[in-house]
Amino acid sequence: MGKTIAEKILSNKSNQDAKAGDIVIANLDFVMGQDGTSPLAIRVFKEMKAKHVFDPERVAMVIDHSAPSPVEGVSALHKQMREFAQEQKIHFYDIGDGVCHQLLPEKGHVLPGQLVIGADSHTCTYGAINVFSTGVGSTDLAAGMISGKLWFKVPETIKLVLNGKLAKGVYSKDLIIFLAGEITADGATYMAIEFAGEVIDALSVDARFTISNMAVELGAKCGLMEADQKTDSWVKQHSPLSFQPVFADQDANYAYIKEYDLSNLEPQVALPHTVDNVSPISKVASTKVEQGVIGTCTNGRLEDLRIAAAILKGKKIAANTRLIVAPSSRATFIAAMREGLIETLVEAGAAVVTPGCGPCVGTHNGVPADGENVISTANRNFKGRMGNNKASIFLASPATVAASMLRGFITDPREITD
Amino acid sequence: MELKGKAHKFGNDINTDYIISGRYKFKTLDMRELAKHVMEDLDPDFYAKINKGDFIVAGKNFGCGSSREQAPLAIINADISAVIAKSFARIFYRNAINTGLPLIECDTDLIDPGDQLVVNLSEGLLNNKSKDLQIPVAPLPAVMLKILADGGLVEHFKKYGTFNFD
Repeated sequence: MGKTIAEKILSNKSNQDAKAGDIVIANLDFVMGQDGTSPLAIRVFKEMKAKHVFDPERVAMVIDHSAPSPVEGVSALHKQMREFAQEQKIHFYDIGDGVCHQLLPEKGHVLPGQLVIGADSHTCTYGAINVFSTGVGSTDLAAGMISGKLWFKVPETIKLVLNGKLAKGVYSKDLIIFLAGEITADGATYMAIEFAGEVIDALSVDARFTISNMAVELGAKCGLMEADQKTDSWVKQHSPLSFQPVFADQDANYAYIKEYDLSNLEPQVALPHTVDNVSPISKVASTKVEQGVIGTCTNGRLEDLRIAAAILKGKKIAANTRLIVAPSSRATFIAAMREGLIETLVEAGAAVVTPGCGPCVGTHNGVPADGENVISTANRNFKGRMGNNKASIFLASPATVAASMLRGFITDPREITD
Repeated sequence: MELKGKAHKFGNDINTDYIISGRYKFKTLDMRELAKHVMEDLDPDFYAKINKGDFIVAGKNFGCGSSREQAPLAIINADISAVIAKSFARIFYRNAINTGLPLIECDTDLIDPGDQLVVNLSEGLLNNKSKDLQIPVAPLPAVMLKILADGGLVEHFKKYGTFNFD
């Protein structure tokens, strides 16, 4: 019997013949923490009586969740991280550098075929470039930093084959929101997902990251894709190191395989307060929105900013609305400036904030008021997620957010594009 | 280890933002302080209602959302002795075991708010005293039992310096 991508990577990294259901101790290629999880990991690291990380080249800490710090409590935690990073000589990314899930691939820290953990649930993002990457907590992060190992239950895999061709105005975000509705928020709990098919083949690597990023919103441990020519050239642009992609066997054993034809998919919106509460846009168009957010680890990449800027160019956002834009990294920010995208967005009325997570996680940078509706390119719309439990969050593509901001209500971007 | 207490019941898909809101969780590592806000967005008075040893009882996918260990730690520090649910989100499950919060997977439709429960973890038994009902419980895998037996992953590492399941 053949193996899935997840089974192969965990077999390679544990030096044993690993099959779904087995528990293995596997070697980690990279370990990451952000400012919501690292301070606790540093405390645990010390409690575990450790002196050094297993390999400073394979550990990074990123300040992105509250960047720059909004209150002194956070400032103290950031200081702990800076001191730990200096002492341990690990990779360190400070305020303004970007969102961890943009930085790890962009800085060439993660490569196809590798096994990576991050103390952030959206670590599954790198599955788009064939990395078995998954979110863990601070104690696992500490154990990983010390030993370079972690225990894993080898997951079963669901294979989703996505056929057809996405219509104009429909993006990878619409696809993954649609799949969240199909699979539901816990449909893939404890499992891996493999995304395949001609829709995936046709997407850019930027757009693929959006899909793998949200695998955890379906409950999954990771959201894997096979590497192709696009993956290969994307990774080579970001790392000089050689790598070995992993492909699933033809006779691999899946929990199930499901095929979809997405040619008729329309833009999708996840309604408050769960990601799997999904509606096609036609059923919710004209819902009033007061705030828009374009950014986050899901949709803050250059391609996303290009899509939003194309819709907003030469126009103004509606009266009594706000639009917050957070580029995913310093490099994205600079590239967007050089292309004139930032100028376009700011002229249209956007407030551009520091690359980071702020508005999405409710730490700062755009906490909504009671009773307000927010339309966001983020990956979560839980009650209180943005810092106010009396606000409502709708999730959509950058195109839908941009179009909705022009009118002040949820708008199908296909009505605006031309 | 026998745990005794009253059931506080919640629904499906209780996410980590409900367990401890982002308004608090980034600001401090003082877990007793965070504990005062546990489940606050679902029940503002929840913390005041807890008697030491009580249980949080929920539906499916408990703990979905972020990877922050503040979620199980806030629950532990609110003096909840275990969480009983139909299923748990993966990262929460790891974090709970690593920090020493026992989790019990079973059919929670057999438990009503206020029911008095007795749990025996090592034997995998859950008794609903109020209904005089023995509820079947899914057993924990050996690796997790070993980590819990060592007193969590910190103690495991203190003892062995790395992972050791031999």
